[in-house]
Amino acid sequence: MARLQIRNLEKTYANTFKAVHGINLDVKDGEFMVLVGPSGCAKSTTLRMIAGLESISGGEIVIGDRVVNRLQPGARGIAMVFQNYALYPHMKVRKNLSFGLRLMRTPKAEIERKTAEVARILEIEPLLDRLPKELSGGQAQRVALGRALIKQPEVFLFDEPLSNLDAKLRASMRVRITDLHKRLKAEGLSSTVVYVTHDQTEAMTMGDRICVMKDGHIMQVADPKTLYDKPANAFVAGFIGSPEMNLVEGRLEGARFHLGAQAVTLPAELMARLKPHSGRVTLGIRPQHLGVNEGPGLQAQVVGAEFMGHEVVLHLAVDGVRLVAVLPAADYAGLDHGAMVNLTLDPGMTHVFDETGANISLAQSH
Amino acid sequence: MSNVETRMPLSAVAPAKPMAHSRADRRAEQVQTFVRYALLIAVGFVMLYPLLWLVGASFKTNSEIFGSIGFIPEAPTLDGYRKGWETSTPYTFGRFFWNTFLIILPKTIFTAISCAVVAYGFARFEFPGKKVLFASLIATLLLPNVVTRIPQYILFREMGWLDSYLPLWVPSAFAGDAFFVFMLVQFLRAIPRDMEEAARVDGANSFQTLIYIVVPMLLPALISVALFQFMWTMNDFLGPLIYLSSVESFPVSLALKLSIDTTEAFDWNRILAMSVLALLPALIVFFIAQRYFIEGISAGGVKG
Repeated sequence: MARLQIRNLEKTYANTFKAVHGINLDVKDGEFMVLVGPSGCAKSTTLRMIAGLESISGGEIVIGDRVVNRLQPGARGIAMVFQNYALYPHMKVRKNLSFGLRLMRTPKAEIERKTAEVARILEIEPLLDRLPKELSGGQAQRVALGRALIKQPEVFLFDEPLSNLDAKLRASMRVRITDLHKRLKAEGLSSTVVYVTHDQTEAMTMGDRICVMKDGHIMQVADPKTLYDKPANAFVAGFIGSPEMNLVEGRLEGARFHLGAQAVTLPAELMARLKPHSGRVTLGIRPQHLGVNEGPGLQAQVVGAEFMGHEVVLHLAVDGVRLVAVLPAADYAGLDHGAMVNLTLDPGMTHVFDETGANISLAQSH
Repeated sequence: MSNVETRMPLSAVAPAKPMAHSRADRRAEQVQTFVRYALLIAVGFVMLYPLLWLVGASFKTNSEIFGSIGFIPEAPTLDGYRKGWETSTPYTFGRFFWNTFLIILPKTIFTAISCAVVAYGFARFEFPGKKVLFASLIATLLLPNVVTRIPQYILFREMGWLDSYLPLWVPSAFAGDAFFVFMLVQFLRAIPRDMEEAARVDGANSFQTLIYIVVPMLLPALISVALFQFMWTMNDFLGPLIYLSSVESFPVSLALKLSIDTTEAFDWNRILAMSVLALLPALIVFFIAQRYFIEGISAGGVKG
């Protein structure tokens, strides 16, 4: 079966720049794994190493039960969808789809059958006799998807496949790809996916599990909900979620969190799961979990508001520290620029990170 | 709807200018255009005159050639062509054209193949000594042709290749034309590697990638290379002059000179007629492949 294992994978470039620092990742058979991170976090490099397009400096990549380190890309049982489609410009769509099969000297009848099937699944039948330059972005991306699908690989690799599409098309392609994945899985076909993106919406909506990367290190691997609710560190906390989580530096003394001249007592529920710690910490709370005027708490001043229709993004300042809160549009009345509000923390959704950035408020769940 | 709305204010502004004014403007523009084209045509005519004269003179009688400066023959005759074709040798000009073809064909084909392979290597692979090798390739570009003539001649003499076509095309079959390699490398650098990577993921090895993916994408540049090589070989005089000694293997470029040498009183109309014929293949090929040719040069040049 098509399980993908990455063991102590390293990448060092000729100029001694180390891009990937001994990462370990286990992608289960049939799993949709998303690699996400800011640009330069080596997510694409990792994917290209899995594909065999980039040499491996250390560690192992195992697909199924084969170590594929030294295998050519074509022999690894993978198929890849590229960011800019990478369709062969001089071949009609039909030939683009079947290029891999023709190289393998697949019988003609089988090529035709598979081409027709893939074209039907992706609804590109009318495009089969067109050249890539006669396709729109979305069509080209579907053909690129078809070229991967037709090979029935063990592992599908996607390298930011939707980033060249406009927002609307991106949303529909997202659904199309996840549907396709479910369908392959239901039919018992190989459907292990490694999907690289820098877009957290894509990551959250598509991934069975998400691997958040930063500077060649894996920060956390978890399902979307865990990632959102229980970020392992301040980086993941800040990277996942929109608007970004508020990360406020302050001092912890007992149960009192000091922020500037103010102090707030952390709720008992939060204290219960907090590792004993005192000194400098970073308090993390999502804008959605900040209570506005729901009781006594931190004194904050409204410094701006963005009306989004169903909700309002409120920009606040607590002794010069900027915070963001999101509240339903209905609760917005009277919170004009300069108004003073009381902020309360949702105890279940407040995180405390130590100086290294590690989340020290997960103690009970782990 | 929105289109109409945005266009409305514009058209409302335009007629504000008085009609008389715009007519004067148009007049001035017409005069300017006229002057511009008249000048261009005049200069173009001056540039083309030698060529026109050549074509015209090839239909003149020998006495008329030096009698008038005009290029339209008074009594057009095909005499120059008929007698020129016969030549003063046992062979007709057809033989010389055929000889040229025998040099051009392998030279052009093998140039395209070898340069594509070498350029692919330089543009897409990392190997030890690549920088030094590429630098020496560029260095040979700067080397005057003349300095290698004598060593090359001695080399080919030792190999027993004198008075054959081999010295004329074999060097090109090993990517001896650094300029073409350089041109293709530049062109390849402008082509993203994704397609080749996709091919590798599809299971193609380097050679299959070259044949099925790179060459089709390189085609405009390869056509330019073939065309350049065709024209330069067609016009090459020095190469055949050095290596070929028997008249029966002369290409057109040498044969033209031959008719000057052997005839005591030069029959200029024959020489001119044959010159016109010698121009034709290159012209025809150029016009047929013009589109690719220009595409190839400009793509290589702009992005390279």
